[in-house]
Amino acid sequence: MELLRLLFRNALRHKLRSLLTILGVGVAVMAFALLRTVVSAWHAGVEASSANRLITRHAVSFVFPLPLAYRDRIAQVPGVENVTYATWFSGVYIDKNQFFGRLAVDSETFFEVYPEFLIPKDQFDTFKRERNACIIGVDLARRYNLKLGDIMNVEGDVYPGSWEFVVRGIYRPRDQTTDPATMMFHYKYVDERVRLEMPERSGEVGWYIVRIRDPENSAAVSEAIDRLFANSRAETKTETERAFQQNFLSSASAVITAMNIMSFLIIGIILLVVANTMIMSVRERTHEYAVLKALGFSGRHLFFLVAGESLIISILGTALGLLVTLPAVRGFQTALPKGWFPVFYIKPETIVLGCIAGFLVGLIASLIPTRRILTTRIIESLRHVG
Amino acid sequence: MEHPLIEVQNLSKSYHRDSLEIPVLRNITLEVAEGEFVAFMGPSGSGKTTLLNLIAGIDKPTEGTILIAGTDVTRLSETELAIWRSRNIGFIFQFYNLIPVLTAVENVELPLILTPLSKRERRAHAATALQVVGLADRMRHYPRQLSGGQEQRVAIARAIVTDPAILVADEPTGDLDKISAEEVLNLMDRLNRELNKTILMVTHDPRAAERARSVRQLDKGELA
Repeated sequence: MELLRLLFRNALRHKLRSLLTILGVGVAVMAFALLRTVVSAWHAGVEASSANRLITRHAVSFVFPLPLAYRDRIAQVPGVENVTYATWFSGVYIDKNQFFGRLAVDSETFFEVYPEFLIPKDQFDTFKRERNACIIGVDLARRYNLKLGDIMNVEGDVYPGSWEFVVRGIYRPRDQTTDPATMMFHYKYVDERVRLEMPERSGEVGWYIVRIRDPENSAAVSEAIDRLFANSRAETKTETERAFQQNFLSSASAVITAMNIMSFLIIGIILLVVANTMIMSVRERTHEYAVLKALGFSGRHLFFLVAGESLIISILGTALGLLVTLPAVRGFQTALPKGWFPVFYIKPETIVLGCIAGFLVGLIASLIPTRRILTTRIIESLRHVG
Repeated sequence: MEHPLIEVQNLSKSYHRDSLEIPVLRNITLEVAEGEFVAFMGPSGSGKTTLLNLIAGIDKPTEGTILIAGTDVTRLSETELAIWRSRNIGFIFQFYNLIPVLTAVENVELPLILTPLSKRERRAHAATALQVVGLADRMRHYPRQLSGGQEQRVAIARAIVTDPAILVADEPTGDLDKISAEEVLNLMDRLNRELNKTILMVTHDPRAAERARSVRQLDKGELA
């Protein structure tokens, strides 16, 4: 117990130095957790994807539409359970900085394929009855203070003109990875107007979402769907929802990789800072460790003293860092343009990783000074002028 | 001497600096009986401290043997030596070498951590040791709150708390004023006479050496 007391007192012997090191570890752990959270937010779409959903899009690019007529043919492919479709509406709500997904969907089937959007039944029934009704996520309702019955005016760009939608449903995300900030409305409402104003674009959808019976058959079903439309005017490319989401990430993959590397570099830097603190502390106490060795204390005892001190500093810093991560993540999200990361939360894995990093930093930082104590002869240490 | 406690035979010690070999002790043979108080004197660099360190088991000789109560300490591994030191040797350093963040009683208690004693027993032993050196009223004081003489007495209490057979003292009065030095020497004298501790002391101070029962002179690594 006396060793434990000595360990704690040693850790606080140079209060300012220990405090600055603890703050350093705290800032580093916070930066680490923040970066990991950003990386996770980027991957949210991939994580939210379901294994039994396939996405069928135009073979050339996602921006090219597919004929609505494909729907029935896809539905007949063996292994397909349900088919729905969606179209990227885009448009401007309030101003161009207000970014969130606006999708024209098949109201009959879309929410069957996406059960993770939880909508009260009465709201859903009202939504289905009204042509210009829309369903929005709880985050959007909170962000723009929208209630049921409120009007949302969207200025179209992909589909030009002024569009008016009435909020008839507010969905809650079933999982933490589900986007809580999407706006969805009837494809039919959009297509009716398109038929009048841009008839050449009528009957086109952005992509199909195909629910399959057995995720193990995804490759065979994908192949069967694409074979249906081979050599047609609009050939298709079908892939799992996960692969589809990952394609979106590929353009930002260099940034994500850089952020990943940076998050671990930060831990590396703080390891050097803690190691430096420990080396300085141990060098100043060279005499004391020599006396302990002379008294009969073993390498195990000395390692306990040095590693323990190092761990106290790094664990306190880690706790501090994780404590301030929560407000930091909130602040970061607030500072970003609205809707950049609709799914932005600290994952439990990030907290665990932060704790592991803090522990390893403390342990590794003590190795060099411990080795120095153990390999320096007692008489040399006693002669040492600190 | 029938059964000496310490038997040093043909002891030599050299240090290597680059390719140069610097002999510090040459062919020392020495016997110290149990309960003796020996002072080693000699000019700087004569090898006094090296001899003390070798006997105390904190340095290894180049040649020769050191038998202490029948154990050849030169043959012990580092781990064995550490255990042996904790049971047989009490150290008194010139600059006391107390741990500044521990109180007097906690400093004295340190060597007892290595024993199977309970916390209460350890505290009782440490308090007794401090009583022996006349510092029972300073148990809760930190080293910075004590005078040099008092610090050295705490260091002596730490040296005797495990009841070792041998006390090694390297210039124990070297950093003390005359009065404090006298107190420390009186204390060592008492430990030797009343508790029968075998004391090996290195000193430059002739007045300190006078308190020993025998004085051995070293010169250029050889016993005179």
